[in-house]
Amino acid sequence: MIGGKSRVLCGIRVRQMQESWLLFKRNLSDFWKTFRRNRMGLIGAFLVSTALLLAIFAPLLTTILPKETVRDANGRALTFASPAVHGPLGTDDAGHDVWSQLAFGARISLTVGFLAGFIAMFVGSLLGILAGYFGGWVDNLIMRITDVLLVIPDLPLMLVLVATIRQLDLKISPLTVLILVIGLLYWTSTARLVRSQVLSIKERQFVARARAIGAGHAHIIRKHILPQIMPLIVANTVLILSTAILIESGLAFLGLGDPTQPSWGTMLNFAFDRNAISNGAWWFYLPPGLAIVWVSLGCVLLGNVLEEMLNPRLTGHHLEGEASVIQASSGEAAHAQHLG
Amino acid sequence: MSRRDYLLRKLLFSLVTVFIVVIVNFVLFRILPGDPVRAVIGRNVKISAEVQQSLREQFGLDKPVFPDQFFNTLGQWARGNLGVSWSLRRPVAEILMSKLGNTLLLIGLGQILSIMLGVALGLFAGWKRKTILDVGALTFSLIAWATPTFWLGIILLAAGSSWLGLPTGGIVSPENVGKPLYTVLPDLARHLFLPTLTLTILYLGEYMLIMRSSILEVLSEDYILTAKAKGMSHWQVLWKHALKNAMLPIVTIVAINLGFTVSGAIYIETVFSYDGLGKLFQTALTKQDYPLLQGAFLLLAVSVIVANMLADILYTYLDPRVKAN
Repeated sequence: MIGGKSRVLCGIRVRQMQESWLLFKRNLSDFWKTFRRNRMGLIGAFLVSTALLLAIFAPLLTTILPKETVRDANGRALTFASPAVHGPLGTDDAGHDVWSQLAFGARISLTVGFLAGFIAMFVGSLLGILAGYFGGWVDNLIMRITDVLLVIPDLPLMLVLVATIRQLDLKISPLTVLILVIGLLYWTSTARLVRSQVLSIKERQFVARARAIGAGHAHIIRKHILPQIMPLIVANTVLILSTAILIESGLAFLGLGDPTQPSWGTMLNFAFDRNAISNGAWWFYLPPGLAIVWVSLGCVLLGNVLEEMLNPRLTGHHLEGEASVIQASSGEAAHAQHLG
Repeated sequence: MSRRDYLLRKLLFSLVTVFIVVIVNFVLFRILPGDPVRAVIGRNVKISAEVQQSLREQFGLDKPVFPDQFFNTLGQWARGNLGVSWSLRRPVAEILMSKLGNTLLLIGLGQILSIMLGVALGLFAGWKRKTILDVGALTFSLIAWATPTFWLGIILLAAGSSWLGLPTGGIVSPENVGKPLYTVLPDLARHLFLPTLTLTILYLGEYMLIMRSSILEVLSEDYILTAKAKGMSHWQVLWKHALKNAMLPIVTIVAINLGFTVSGAIYIETVFSYDGLGKLFQTALTKQDYPLLQGAFLLLAVSVIVANMLADILYTYLDPRVKAN
């Protein structure tokens, strides 16, 4: 009897899992159908995924390690060798292969950017949910903190923080310091966005109903609010990633990277400090910058498209499809009428 | 809420923010390892025990950290005493003041140019929506956003110095150092060209985007239709009715942007060896000159906070609707 019941339960669970898997697959294929029609989104996905592939397969794509010195036939180091002389991207002032540095640097830049971005996303979502859901003094406190962070110039603050923390001998690696400082300062936009969404969702009927049958705060947040705002958080995270990668490159350029684990920003710091410009070594200072633009542009394009597709405020739900289309184009229509 | 309440609230918020910056600055300075006297005068300076003791008393370091030391430091900062730079051996406040003008010149020029160009281009992009001009403007601002400031600077530096023969750094040529700036204007202009161009390209995109969306909104208002019905030309409508209202968001953005402008100045002055606060900040960072770093941070943060408050106040005068709310 007991066995039978559990078999039935298993059966139900398996069927549920199958159903939710099918639903997921259908959603995914619907998503893909909409997504692939968007040229900007495709370009963004291409840019981001190529950078990821470069980072993952760096050892396979290079023939020499970044730290190894390239030597000529007489055993002398080949310094500032142009791409015509050596390898796809030449060498730097110490005779190190630039392409190899670029490929392995992708690992550092993307790791720092992604981890910092995820911390910012996590903190921002958490505080945004707390502020929006509980309101009152919690909301007030969190929003005032975002106001303060918005008005304090961010780069000087980060530089002072990183420089001081480095002095403290805390046994944290320089890259971890960078990740934490960027992640813990760039959550404000996510928090505001999530808060505004939570504010509107918590007034909906299904939340009121859940509360009426006695659901606790944690349950409501987990089961009713989180699933609604998750897509938005995903889109916002992709946008935050581009900021995090840009900020990391800037801090590294100013000398706050880890010289033993050079990111693209650190490469540019080396290139600038070691006179790549006056030596005309464009192969040393152009590729890392292009790589940064490549990834951050990719993230922005991808993030914008995801936001357009997933943000309920921008697209509206199925029932108001027509209305939202009319609303969205009404400004344009009116403009066309007036000055078209 | 009346305007007075609004202004009071803004003032209170700014004061609280300044206070937070001051606390952060104080705490960071105090948690640095080593003797605080050394933190004031530098690590490697040889001084006698008596002098050390007198410094200790002057900065109140013989008293507890809170409240005595905290308020003592606060008082010193309020009087403009920001300590002595380790690397330059001069009062921090004096060094900061000597660089402030150069940075204001660079930032001011860059902001004015990017606002003028951004407003004009944004206006056309919005007016001629969905034309090649509009798409071009959007693409440009997207790419400008994704480009690291310092890298754009590096490229312009490399291109400008090798193709146009422009100077690679400094604010005037060596032979003109020390002369009043207005006597060497052509030389100054040659040195300012590339840094200003970098700053302008960087902020142009954002102003353009804001202006574009703002003008789109204004152009769909009924009074624009009325103006057109009166028989005014498109130019007249844009100039007399649309521009003024569409410009309002720019005021807010200029204020919000000040923080980013400061970041931009740090990168650009570093790349172009431009002798301003940003370069000073970077030097203090690489030389681990903490009094200088902290002083520069305090000055930059407080200026941005105050400028933000002024912009908020200005906005209430420019937009009568704020009063009504």
